[in-house]
Formats: sequence, C-alpha cells, structure tokens
Amino acid sequence: MKYLCLVYGVESLLDAIPDNDCLDYDERIRKSGHCLASEALQPVHTATTIRVREGKISITDGPFAETKEQLAGFYLIEARHLDEAIQLAAQIPPAQVGSIEVRPIHQFEKR
Amino acid sequence: MKSVQDYPKTVEQIYRNEFRRVLATLIRFLGDIDQAEEALHDAFKIALEQWPQQGIPDNPRAWLVSVGRFKAIDKFRRNARFDSIDEIPAHLATLISPADDNLDESLEDDQLRLIFTCCHPSLSPEAQIALTLREICGLSTEEIAHAFLIAPKTVAQRIVRAKAKIRDARIPYEVPELEHLSDRLDSVLKVIYLVFNESYSTSSGIELMRHDLSAEAIRLGRLLLELMPSEPEIPGLLALMLLQDSRRAARINAQGDLILLDEQDRSLWNRDQVNEGVILVKHALGLSGFGAYTLQAAIAAVHAEAPSAGETDWREIVGLYNVLKQIYPSPIVELNRAVAVAMRDGPAMGLELIEALISQGQLVDYHFMYAAKADFHRKLGQRNEAIEAYQHALQLTQQEPERRFLQKRLTELQNQ
Repeated sequence: MKYLCLVYGVESLLDAIPDNDCLDYDERIRKSGHCLASEALQPVHTATTIRVREGKISITDGPFAETKEQLAGFYLIEARHLDEAIQLAAQIPPAQVGSIEVRPIHQFEKR
Repeated sequence: MKSVQDYPKTVEQIYRNEFRRVLATLIRFLGDIDQAEEALHDAFKIALEQWPQQGIPDNPRAWLVSVGRFKAIDKFRRNARFDSIDEIPAHLATLISPADDNLDESLEDDQLRLIFTCCHPSLSPEAQIALTLREICGLSTEEIAHAFLIAPKTVAQRIVRAKAKIRDARIPYEVPELEHLSDRLDSVLKVIYLVFNESYSTSSGIELMRHDLSAEAIRLGRLLLELMPSEPEIPGLLALMLLQDSRRAARINAQGDLILLDEQDRSLWNRDQVNEGVILVKHALGLSGFGAYTLQAAIAAVHAEAPSAGETDWREIVGLYNVLKQIYPSPIVELNRAVAVAMRDGPAMGLELIEALISQGQLVDYHFMYAAKADFHRKLGQRNEAIEAYQHALQLTQQEPERRFLQKRLTELQNQ
C-alpha cells in the first residue's frame, strides 16, 4: 500500500535541521526499499497557485492555504499498513519540529 | 433434554456469549468489519433455523465461524460477476484456506486484534469509543447515543467514518509489536477509562451517573485482563474502576445531591467490588512497570479500607501521591495531593499548595480547585474568603448536583 507523507512545519524551524540529518534519513529509507520518491520543496515564497474557472486560468502568488506550518517536502512510501507507515514517518527528521501528515494513496479505477 | 421451545433461548445465550469472539475472527478472515458483521448475522440466522432440528453442534463457536465464512464466500461469488475479476481469487483463497487447528487460541488473539484496531490512535477518541462499544461490547448505535446523550445519527456517522478509515488507510488488524505495545495499550486503557468516566459524570446536565457504561467499562477491563494477564496497568485500571464504582450507592443521596467521600455512608459501599479491587491492586503493585492507574487504584484502596474518613491513613495516601506526581506530573495530581496533605497536616498546609497552583496559573478554570480552596478557608474560619471561593467555583461548573452542593455550602456560610 502506498502512502504519501507530507512534511509540514514552520520554515525557520525546519531550516535549523542540519541538511545531513535529512540526507542520511533519505539514504536510509531509499535503501530500505520503502521509498518510491522523495523531495524537499523550495520555501513557500516561491509558491504560485493556479485555478481554472470557466476555461480561464487565474494565477496568484503564494500557497493555496495561508497557514503557519507550510508544506516543505514529501515522501512517497510503500508500507504494509498504516502502522508501518507511521513508524517510517516518525523517523523523518522534520517530525521533531513540525508534523508529518500520512495519507493513503487513492487508486482510480479506469472504466 | 431440551424442548424445541428452549432453542431460541439457547441460541440467544450462545449469541450473547460468542458473538464477540466469532465477529473478531470473521473480521480477520474477511478483512472487513462490515462484511464480518453481515456474515455473523447470517451465521446466527442459519443457527436459529438449523439447530432446533439438527441439534446444537459440539463446538458452536467453530460452527458459527465456518458458516459465516461460507456465507461470505457465497456473497463474493455472487458479486464476482459485477466486480473486476482479478481481485476475487486472492480474497477467495484466504477465505477457503483450511480452518485453524487451534481455533480457540486464535480466537483470543482475534479479540485482542479487534481491541487494538478499535482503539487505534489514528482514530479520533470519539470514534475509538463508539467503535469499541459497538464492535467489542456489542452495544447498538441507539444504546451508545443514549449513553452519551448524543444523536444516534452522530454515532452512526462516527462508526461509518472510522470503519472507512480502517479500510482505506489500512489500519492493521494486529496486536502491536512488543516495542510499541505499551504505547498502544495506553490508548486502549484510555478508551476504557473514558467510557467509565462518562458513566460517572457528564460535563453538563442533571444525570450524574449512568450505570450501563461503567458496567461495560469494567467488562472490557476484565476481558483485557484475561487476554493480557501480565500487563500491570490492566489490573490497575480494573481495580481503579471497581473501587470507584463501589461507592456508587453512597455518592449521591435520594435527592440526587453529591456526597463527598468523607461524608459518605461507608456501609453502602459495595464490599465485593472493594475486596476484588484491593486484591487486584496488590497484584498490580507486584508486577514490574505499574503506572498511574495502579497508583490511583492504590490510593482508592486506602480509602476503601478505612473504616471512616477520620481513620484514613493519610500518610500513606500522601506517599502514594508523591510517587504518582513523579511518574505522572500533572496539576490535577498536585491538587489531589494538596487535599491529602490538608487531611494529614491541616487545611493551612493544603491552602498553601493550592495557592502555589493558582500563582502558576494552573487549573484556574477548574471548579473543584476553588471548591477545595473554599473548604480549607471554611475550616480555618475564614468566612469571607470561603464565600468568595464558593462563588468562584459555582461560576465554573454547569453540573447540577455539583452546583447544588456548592450552593448549599455557600448558603450555610452566608447564614452564619
């Protein structure tokens, strides 16, 4: 079963985490075979939000939702069940200053 | 020899004794709570039809599990025409695999699996409680709604959403691994104690106690103790619930007013519950790794064994609070300790501790703290301070019996 682990946190707090901690974890989870993809994101001031209404594209500066904790990165993982996903997510270094939202991946069925 | 008329009653008895275990095992086989519930009902329906003619099978439990499984297979086959083909065979393979050789043993494990799944911390506490009462205790949605004074629709929604999350997020149907067991057990014990406390008092309203939920919580505690006999906090919690429940008849008077521990008629305490509670506490204290539930039960046991409030061993109680404070620091523990210290060393000492809590901004919304403060002032003959504290306490609680109690004390003082 695939889960997306969304890494949230206050950017200044996340910045304080040594890059090496994140790189070490990334290497470990990739070697374990649980990681399908993972990336860190540029700071939220680089975000652009797009909407299409009645065929027209609207473009605004900033993230979709203005919150204190920002989306900072993600891990797409493969786990047997939620408990395993939780254990993997708990080891993501930003979990110690921010939060990790674990979401099961939805499979669309083509008809 | 049983007459035919007796059969429905016997099936009903077997249903009451067995449905929890049968359901828990069917969930493991079918991998889905709703399908397992359906299979369980189908199995009992067939039992009602067949047993009167063919007699009750030697092992009704195994019979029900196997009939439930085959009814579910039938349904899979019938639905197979509509579902995509590739999903069915894998599911069918697990369904038709030979039954366990040690069915009774795996049934016990299945009950534990179900408990840990229903009390999974990724479900909201409200959902954990509703699901536990529904799937493990077998309460109906209406019964749960009534006990919690909420609409049946709300309960039904909580249960539907929780089941959907279990299925879609794949919350495992497993007893947690040893390294996570104690955390996960905490969450199970919390659910049981929340159910128990819900019976004891509501945050508002006239009804102070609702008996059914405390009985369910105690039953859950017994079940868990049977399934996991070496975890100290399980007998600890069970003892705590039994000891608190033993005072039920003495806790309110005929008018529904609250009676505090030191003014209760101790002859009304349920001695069987006290005795069982005391034995369980001693047992829990002898196991390594006991915690807050066991210590609170030990405190309740000291009260339970005292012939009167005056003859209570307050030194022992303060000592237990000191340990509790260390392993479970919380302002509530500090407050209860302050009350015990006041009993041991006089109200002035208790007042000092409560004032320290207030100066730290702790529990300033908690009516009981101001009630305790008022009581200390009253005993010290400080009438005005006592009146002020009772008035403050009254502003902080909506619970009718508590309000009547505070109002009574306040009126007594004002008439002095």
